[in-house]
Amino acid sequence: MKTGSAFFLSGAMALAAVTFAGTANAADTAPNDVAFNEMQVSESLTGMPGDPAAGADAFKNRKLGNCLACHTTTAMESELFHGNVGPDLDGAGSRWTEAQLRAIVVDAKQVFGPDSRMPGFYSLHVGKNVAEKFHGKTILSAQDVENIVAFLVTLKDE
Amino acid sequence: MKTRLTIISLAGGIALGCFAGLAHADPVDDTLEIDGQPMITRAPAPEGHPFDEVLSGWLFREAETRAVEADSFQNPGMLEVERAAEIWSTPEGTAGKSCETCHGDVSESMKGVGAHYPKWDKDANRPINIELQIDKCRTEQMGAEPYKFDAKDQKAMTALIKNQSLGEPMSVDLSQGDMQSWWDRGKDTYYTRTGQLNLSCSNCHEDSMGNMIRADHLSQGQVNGFPTYRLKQSALVSLHNRFRGCIRDTRAEFPKAFSDELMALEVYVTWRGTGLSVETPAVRQ
Repeated sequence: MKTGSAFFLSGAMALAAVTFAGTANAADTAPNDVAFNEMQVSESLTGMPGDPAAGADAFKNRKLGNCLACHTTTAMESELFHGNVGPDLDGAGSRWTEAQLRAIVVDAKQVFGPDSRMPGFYSLHVGKNVAEKFHGKTILSAQDVENIVAFLVTLKDE
Repeated sequence: MKTRLTIISLAGGIALGCFAGLAHADPVDDTLEIDGQPMITRAPAPEGHPFDEVLSGWLFREAETRAVEADSFQNPGMLEVERAAEIWSTPEGTAGKSCETCHGDVSESMKGVGAHYPKWDKDANRPINIELQIDKCRTEQMGAEPYKFDAKDQKAMTALIKNQSLGEPMSVDLSQGDMQSWWDRGKDTYYTRTGQLNLSCSNCHEDSMGNMIRADHLSQGQVNGFPTYRLKQSALVSLHNRFRGCIRDTRAEFPKAFSDELMALEVYVTWRGTGLSVETPAVRQ
């Protein structure tokens, strides 16, 4: 009897862990635990290398990175409407290291200072009155960030 | 029919614009006349303003959109203004009065009025805008219900009254009542970052003015054309609707229309456009 209920309990916990993994992977570094060291984040947030092709998709997707809202890059020339609030990203992979690019995407304010307009895509340092459905959530998942960083690394000078 | 053709050609223009849109990201060097009447689209900024010159949003729009606004026969917003002229003369409420009963000809009694709101309202002990002034007349003089926020007639009547100030430079009187503290509060809101995207009004309309944010050309965010006719929505859009839309886009909860927070913001941003002609109903994409 006692064994039975203990078994049931651990089963329920396992189920809870699986459900949680649907929104944030347990192996991912949590947003508040990301280690910035001299404006760099050296460790992959997922512990794995990102996928540059998936990163290109997340980069242009208006519901994910929507990076084209503010940046131009000739790598995306076939896409309509590039913004120019932020700098052109051609050659970004030559100007910055992977660890620097990761730091900028995770929380640009840690690199460029508090006045930067760039949102922190994997940060919980956000503005006032965040809408309820975004409470405690980051704009991108750790996987999205790693994929976008992998894409940015490919933007080398000719 | 003419309007419809314009909208189709506009959509074509946007599709072709795409990457090349970057080439003309500065405000245009052009002058606006609406039916031949010159509009002030560039004015020296008032003292304490972050810019030297205040610029109408008209200067940031595509040529086709600018052309629609310059011709009131093409401007679909004018159909709503004309419809509101009929509402002006139609009795409503228990007192059996229309706006006209007290105010007579709208083109005479309302000339220049809309250019100087929000105004301090002693009874409410706060500033009120044209929408709330209309509601005050409806409830206190006509025995009618106040309009629901963004009711079609509320937007049309506001546009009618502001349109009687077409060309008149905007200004707000900050010496009335407690207007100065509302201006202060509005300024705080303007510079406060909100939402998951962590952006303030100033991040786009001051720091990034003239840049493109995806397909949109960021203007100074002036309010001299509200309610504006938005081609995308085929409808008039009120100022508080626009405020709420911007705040929502930062992924923040947005305040109620006509709340203290947004009324203070209206006071402040109206001041930021001091000297610009009222262009209501301006035309936007």
